[in-house]
Amino acid sequence: MKLAGFLLLLAGWGIVLCAVALLRSAAQRSGFVLAGLGVEVLGLVLAVRSHLVFPTERE
Amino acid sequence: MTSLQVPALSEAGTALCLVCILLVPLSGAGLAIINTGLGRSRSAAHSMLASLCVVAVAALVYFICGFAFQGYLGRPAHILTLAGKGWSWIAAGPLFLQGLKLDGSPDSLAAWLQILSVGLAALIPLGSGADRWRLPAICASTALLAGVTYPVFAHWVWGGGWLAQLGANYGLGRGFVDAGGGSSIQAVGGLTALSIAWIVGPRRGKYSPDGMPTAIPGHNAVQVLLGCVLTLVGWLGLNSAGAILFTGIAPTGTVLVAVNTALSASVAALAAVMITRMRFGKPDASLVANGWVSGLVASSAGCASVTPAAAVFIGLVAGVLITFSVELLEARLAVDDPGGAVSVHAAAGIWGVLALGFVASSGAAGQWLAQLVGIATLLGFVLPLTYGLNWLLDRFLPQRAPLEGERLGMDVYELGASAYPEFVTHTEEFIPR
Repeated sequence: MKLAGFLLLLAGWGIVLCAVALLRSAAQRSGFVLAGLGVEVLGLVLAVRSHLVFPTERE
Repeated sequence: MTSLQVPALSEAGTALCLVCILLVPLSGAGLAIINTGLGRSRSAAHSMLASLCVVAVAALVYFICGFAFQGYLGRPAHILTLAGKGWSWIAAGPLFLQGLKLDGSPDSLAAWLQILSVGLAALIPLGSGADRWRLPAICASTALLAGVTYPVFAHWVWGGGWLAQLGANYGLGRGFVDAGGGSSIQAVGGLTALSIAWIVGPRRGKYSPDGMPTAIPGHNAVQVLLGCVLTLVGWLGLNSAGAILFTGIAPTGTVLVAVNTALSASVAALAAVMITRMRFGKPDASLVANGWVSGLVASSAGCASVTPAAAVFIGLVAGVLITFSVELLEARLAVDDPGGAVSVHAAAGIWGVLALGFVASSGAAGQWLAQLVGIATLLGFVLPLTYGLNWLLDRFLPQRAPLEGERLGMDVYELGASAYPEFVTHTEEFIPR
């Protein structure tokens, strides 16, 4: 889950970069940047959940 | 003037910039004292020594390779062409500051400011790793931050990199704007702090077996509040010097920068006082201190671009945000962050960057989108990079102190002597046997 979270973070950033570099229309570009951020938020949630380990479980 | 032009500094402007840069170490001193005061007494000397080591390692590594990777406006860089536009990814300067004349020119001033700023960024994770982060690992992690993470992102923001060029290349406002380092210093440091908190895990005894957090209060509230005063002075210098060197404001514009910085911190602290008084019945000194610093952090990105009224708004939101964010991270997300570094520096830094896109007085079209792209880069590139580097480091050099270190305290375990040998009894009420 941890790896998936960080991969989603990278994937979201990739969407943002592609939106900036490839799209001309301001509306499309804004939409895809927001979509990329949405993917990043999903990745962040996964990364956070994968670290929800309390001390007894660690030990 | 756009952020892609090297500022032309008069003699008076250069002198003002020098004075501002001289103030910057006070922000680091303030952060070090705050981190120490919010930690346990049994790790106080360790915390201060680690702060000194962090600043030293960061300065040295940045001198060796950091500035070569970061560069400055007008200096050579590696450029990748994508869809007909040039994307500057990393600077191509020589190592060891070779070829840089240290004569008061804007690039020499930028190099000096950055040697101090990278130390400030590297101090931030000490707050989240307090009481259990080993000194050798702290130094190694700092080297990775100062040699890789910080310079790469700072090049994109301040070195004429692709984020700064979003305006010129794609019509997104003036490109990504961050005068005082809300992203490149604070958010980078804050996200590294999150990575460290994840990698070293919570302090033993912080969470009960069913996941309920235990309060482990800081050992010296006076120290923490004194640190707040020092950070204000340092931040006035940091924001002013950054605004002159990286956004090209005239030296007279530093008045606006100083007013915005002070207002944002003041309102954030008062907001934290009000919120904690409403929620807990009495103001909470550590959260108010965190609120104060979060106001400073949030002011950084837009200090030269927003009106004082907007700075008040930015500080107000930062102060409110921080009180809830600290609790969310500790109680719900199991992030043991004794210094509140993740909330104060990552959350408030990102808020400041975002706010600039909506309340900047220039009102350039597309500015909000440029700021969002910067935030996406912080979350999608900087966080995985800094986590990955520290995770790898942890494979070779374990970052967390063993149980014995936490039981004795990091002072005795790593330094052989306590910070307060005459006054402290080492209680073990938080250590499960």
